[in-house]
Amino acid sequence: MVTATDLLRVEDLGISFTTMGGPIHAVRNASLRVLPGKVTALVGESGSGKSVTSQAVMGILPNTANVRGRILFSDPATPGKTVDLLEMPVDGEEIRAIRGSRIAKIFQEPMTSLSPLHTIGNQIGEVLAIHTDLPKAERRARTEEMLGLVGFKNPKRAHDMYSFELSGGLRQRAMIAMALICRPALLVADEPTTALDVTIQAQILQLLRELQQKLNMAMLLITHDLGVVANVADEVVVMYHGEVMEAGTVEDIFRNPSHPYLKGLMAAVPHFDMKPGERLKALREIPINVEHLLGRKKEVAPKGDVLLEVRDLSKSFVTRSSGWFGKSEPPVKAVDGVSFDIKRGECLGLVGESGCGKTTVSKILMRALTPDSGSVIYHGANGPIDVLKAEGDDLRTLRTKIQMVFQDPVSSLSPRMTIENVLSEPLEIHNRGDAKQRSEKVKSLMEAIGLDKRFLKRYPHSFSGGQRQRIGIARAIALGPDLVVCDEPVSALDVSVQAQILNLLKDLQKNLGLTYLFISHNLAVVDYMADRIAVMYAGRIVELAPREVLMRKPVHPYTRALLAAVPFPDLNRPLDFGEIRATSVLEKGWAPQFRADEQDSLSPADLGDGHFVLARRNVDARELRP
Amino acid sequence: MLRYIIWRIAMMVPTLLIISALVFTIIELPPGDYFESYAAELKAQGEDVDTAYLDTLRKEYNFDKPPVIRYFYWLGGMLQGDFGYSFEYQLPVTEVVGDRMWLTVLVSFVTIVFTWLLAFPIGIYSATHQYSWGDYGLTFLGLLGIAIPNFMLALILMYFANIWFGVSIGHLMDLKYLGQPMSWDKAKSILDHLWIPVIIVGTAGTAGMIRRLRANLLDELQKQYVVTARAKGLSPFRTLVKYPLRMSLNFFISDIGSILPAIISGAEITAIVLSLETTGPMLIKALQSQDMYLAGSFLMFLAFLTVIGVLISDLALALLDPRIRLQGGSTK
Amino acid sequence: MTESSLPPPGAPLKHYVSSAPFDAMSIEAMTAQQERVYQASQLQLMWWKFKRHKLALWSGIFLICLYSMILVCEFLAPYNLHTRNVDHIYEPPQRIRLFDHGQFVGPFVYGRQMTLDIENLRRVYRDNPSDVQPLRFFCRGDAYRFWGLIEGNLHLVCPAENGNLFLLGTDRLGRDVLSRIIYGARISLTIGLIGIAFSFVLGIVIGGLAGYKGGVFDLIVQRIIEVLQSIPSIPLWMALAAIMPVTWSPIFIYFGITLILGLLDWTGLARAVRSKLLALREEDYVLAAQLMGAKTSRIIGKHLIPGFMSHLIATATISVPGMILGETALSFLGLGLRPPITSWGILLTEARSVSTIAFYPWLLFPMIPVILVILAFNFLGDGLRDAADPYR
Repeated sequence: MVTATDLLRVEDLGISFTTMGGPIHAVRNASLRVLPGKVTALVGESGSGKSVTSQAVMGILPNTANVRGRILFSDPATPGKTVDLLEMPVDGEEIRAIRGSRIAKIFQEPMTSLSPLHTIGNQIGEVLAIHTDLPKAERRARTEEMLGLVGFKNPKRAHDMYSFELSGGLRQRAMIAMALICRPALLVADEPTTALDVTIQAQILQLLRELQQKLNMAMLLITHDLGVVANVADEVVVMYHGEVMEAGTVEDIFRNPSHPYLKGLMAAVPHFDMKPGERLKALREIPINVEHLLGRKKEVAPKGDVLLEVRDLSKSFVTRSSGWFGKSEPPVKAVDGVSFDIKRGECLGLVGESGCGKTTVSKILMRALTPDSGSVIYHGANGPIDVLKAEGDDLRTLRTKIQMVFQDPVSSLSPRMTIENVLSEPLEIHNRGDAKQRSEKVKSLMEAIGLDKRFLKRYPHSFSGGQRQRIGIARAIALGPDLVVCDEPVSALDVSVQAQILNLLKDLQKNLGLTYLFISHNLAVVDYMADRIAVMYAGRIVELAPREVLMRKPVHPYTRALLAAVPFPDLNRPLDFGEIRATSVLEKGWAPQFRADEQDSLSPADLGDGHFVLARRNVDARELRP
Repeated sequence: MLRYIIWRIAMMVPTLLIISALVFTIIELPPGDYFESYAAELKAQGEDVDTAYLDTLRKEYNFDKPPVIRYFYWLGGMLQGDFGYSFEYQLPVTEVVGDRMWLTVLVSFVTIVFTWLLAFPIGIYSATHQYSWGDYGLTFLGLLGIAIPNFMLALILMYFANIWFGVSIGHLMDLKYLGQPMSWDKAKSILDHLWIPVIIVGTAGTAGMIRRLRANLLDELQKQYVVTARAKGLSPFRTLVKYPLRMSLNFFISDIGSILPAIISGAEITAIVLSLETTGPMLIKALQSQDMYLAGSFLMFLAFLTVIGVLISDLALALLDPRIRLQGGSTK
Repeated sequence: MTESSLPPPGAPLKHYVSSAPFDAMSIEAMTAQQERVYQASQLQLMWWKFKRHKLALWSGIFLICLYSMILVCEFLAPYNLHTRNVDHIYEPPQRIRLFDHGQFVGPFVYGRQMTLDIENLRRVYRDNPSDVQPLRFFCRGDAYRFWGLIEGNLHLVCPAENGNLFLLGTDRLGRDVLSRIIYGARISLTIGLIGIAFSFVLGIVIGGLAGYKGGVFDLIVQRIIEVLQSIPSIPLWMALAAIMPVTWSPIFIYFGITLILGLLDWTGLARAVRSKLLALREEDYVLAAQLMGAKTSRIIGKHLIPGFMSHLIATATISVPGMILGETALSFLGLGLRPPITSWGILLTEARSVSTIAFYPWLLFPMIPVILVILAFNFLGDGLRDAADPYR
């Protein structure tokens, strides 16, 4: 279908905010367009101005914003008529008639975007009430139809449910239903899948694609994820720091990325086809120097023997019952019989979606939580230590030998301490050296993470997320640990910074002979970091294998579903929606040999070469292969 | 929902028990008992002390038993509507009190309604016109309301009523209706007098509530679901009414818990200054003459009033908020 | 812009690559202003933020002035606390004048002539323009013992020799209301501070234990707090104040009253401490310190206390006015302090009846410092609360 006009034309858009420290130019001379029925993706990292642009299109910018330029909208329902959205009065009748009806938006946070006090149906039907004069019964019928369309199994029931009764994925579906109920010409989707697990993300992307084609609707997709872009977009606009760096068809962008920023971005994303030992190229590479830190380095113990032995860990959480009279619900098994070894010098990846228990495992290893049962043995230089029972000297040894890097770079550094204090605190706690030696050590730590020594007197709030995460890593290696538990160390960071941190972790591992337990929900990141990967689902490890084996020949249906759901920033490897539909992330969709029943419980089946799969005891290993 | 109501009502029991223990401890704290001071007083006046009579009284009211036992007698009595004996008046407490308790309830209730009627529109105005002159003016007035304590406001009003109208305000009804059974005229007279204490008591509560409502509403206005509503094309006014205001209504109702004790406190002290026919003046007299059972029942009554008020607000909230209704109390 | 990323309407999109120079670091660059903020310590940031709250700043200055004034009441007050001027009972406030019959004399007051209004049984005072009484400064006046220790008689301002100076009038015993307000400040202002210090300690200890230990102890504390907060405070104060034996000395009563105020006020602080502790305990940096092997004492001292101290001070500031009001109310009702100890509440008891107020409205003057102090503490508390978390 060829039309002569663009559905949406953003011309020379400039948005600035007046703040105490002078104006901030969020968007500068940005231009982009959306063709009718097509998808334009607006890509950028945090601070690129992409979300502000989408707010400008909807006319919902904060009051402090100054806007220049034009946003032209040509509604296919009224051919030949083009309106400038920016010229309409704020919240006036004209723009309100377009909002929700002709241009609709879905937001990133399905948790907070819906009111908890009104039913889903009420909030969706409201759009109809605003833009049409359908009678109430008709509105309800249409709402239910739409709920069915976005994948609610029982639309009648869903209509009268509240948002807090729904899972994140379902809430996002309800948001989509709300946006699409009036069949808009343009859908603005602001990071629609960022807050979701990867398997849910794939479903939502699929849903959006289907509906977009079915309703012949155009879409302005705002995202930071190049993988999502490659799978959904027709045209792509890349923004950085408020300016358009590169724009073109999806072919141009992925086959021939030209701008150094885009090229840098592409090189910074880990992908599954990396050769062993291939290194990501961070957009902003940091020079590091571990020479001083090494100093008198003790000889690295031979690789390969077991450093940490984890056996049958179980931990249940009792959900808070609603009072003394309420029946308490059965405890939730957060971790259920988890066993694995971590070998000296390796990086063991632990993958799973939110709520699968991976963080609970890490906290048990750090003794921040006490498991209900199970054991953890640490094999240090001076013989084994039972981690869960250690006291006194043994515990002190553990506290130096096992360290942790946290997910949230903001909350992991005390806002009231200078970086120097943060880094010297572990040394003080364990009485390492005198003040002068400690200060020397802190300086060499700063070198090791590539931060300027002048920054030592600064407070954490003066650093970017990536820099803070580096400081967190420096603190973790200050005492010369054997094992570092990295709990989602890069999931709060932009892609370009992510590569920097991953490379830093790799370099430190190599130079200091560290062992990692690397926890992440991102398969590509784990693939880049880990030697072996364990996949967790509902508190259990369902599959554990060396990296290449797990990536190439996954056996467990959950692992396969997880792998199938990862979008690649590569036009040659589009998401296989057929495979996504065929695999299931829910236990009830798995083949029977992977499900427990009354007679037969599950146990890890050895497929050879260190490949284990959780399956029924009596099943032959060959039956498991797909 | 039903489970929540039952649980919520059940939770009142320990609260009231702790309060009663506390109140009893307070009334037991003064050394000696009423009979001793009574006997001492009589002796001082040179009169004969009928020790036998006092001893019978002592027995009758179980003063010969240890305090713990007396506590349970007292508690048991209250459960049956027997609040003990006022030694000062030589009458059972219930008779001494008369309709004072109901008048206290009336003053408190009307004050809360007054507070709401005033605070809700002003709070909304302040929040939606943040940093406007109206907002500043109302905020300042509110702060004054907080800063001027009730009894001072009562004094000021008394002063101005005197120099402007030459009348003395005070009392809850025309004096001729005192002690009369309730009648139409008496009710009218009460209503005529009610507005002064209501304004005095309500000011501080209203001011505080406006401030909290404004802050809460400003919070809600920043919420993502408000943006969602705007993105639907809802008009600003209807957005305000349907989402943030609806949210604030919940806050509003749950706020009773924090203003009710303050209102009752204020009502007591205002009542003393204006000599209203509520519990206030009698409470202070009872305290001064150490007529502890009378004072104790008043304290218990006032605490009971707040506990019930908070209970009602919690139940209303449960009705209004599906998160409580459907999830059984685990809010936040 | 010569080159655009936008093709003509409807045309196929050409591959556009920005030719502007690209700096990958530009997004991390900082202005000098930001640089300054980033090197500032927590305390500095709080101070900057607090300074922006002008009303809070001035309230703070005002309160500092007041509190320094109570150190030198004896010097500031023209009369002593109990000096009676039997010839000047219920005298209305005198005005300070500068010009006498168009002639500049410097600050002075006219002397007063008293007549008895037999009809109303009132004393009526009239200015006597022929009796010019210039004020004296840094002068010898009523002898006093400074803080009850050092003999002295130096005053900032005194009436003329054989003259009188009643800027805010006198009460039923002919005592100067202004002097009494100045002396009353010593009691009224300190009672709030001592009370808050008391409830601060209780709040931190109880709230801290509840937050840190959790479990049954937490549950009990929570319950008790709920109970205490559900009992109307003034009746409870009244009851507690009423049971203080009459035989106690006034100074004992003073501490008794602060004790009562503190005993019932700690609940708010304890709640604040508890919730803040629970929130802070979840912060990764506290967990990090634990995992490093830091001792409990170090975690509390280095991580938790700095984390919530600022909030706590703000909360405490906001509850000072409640204390001052409580004392004022109790004393006003005759249940609080007892003369000869004088507080603003005691002064206000003079103004209890309608007729007194109608005839002698200046007896309501002690109300003004009460209102001002309460306002100031509220503003200051607001400012501190906003500044307590400089990162938000």
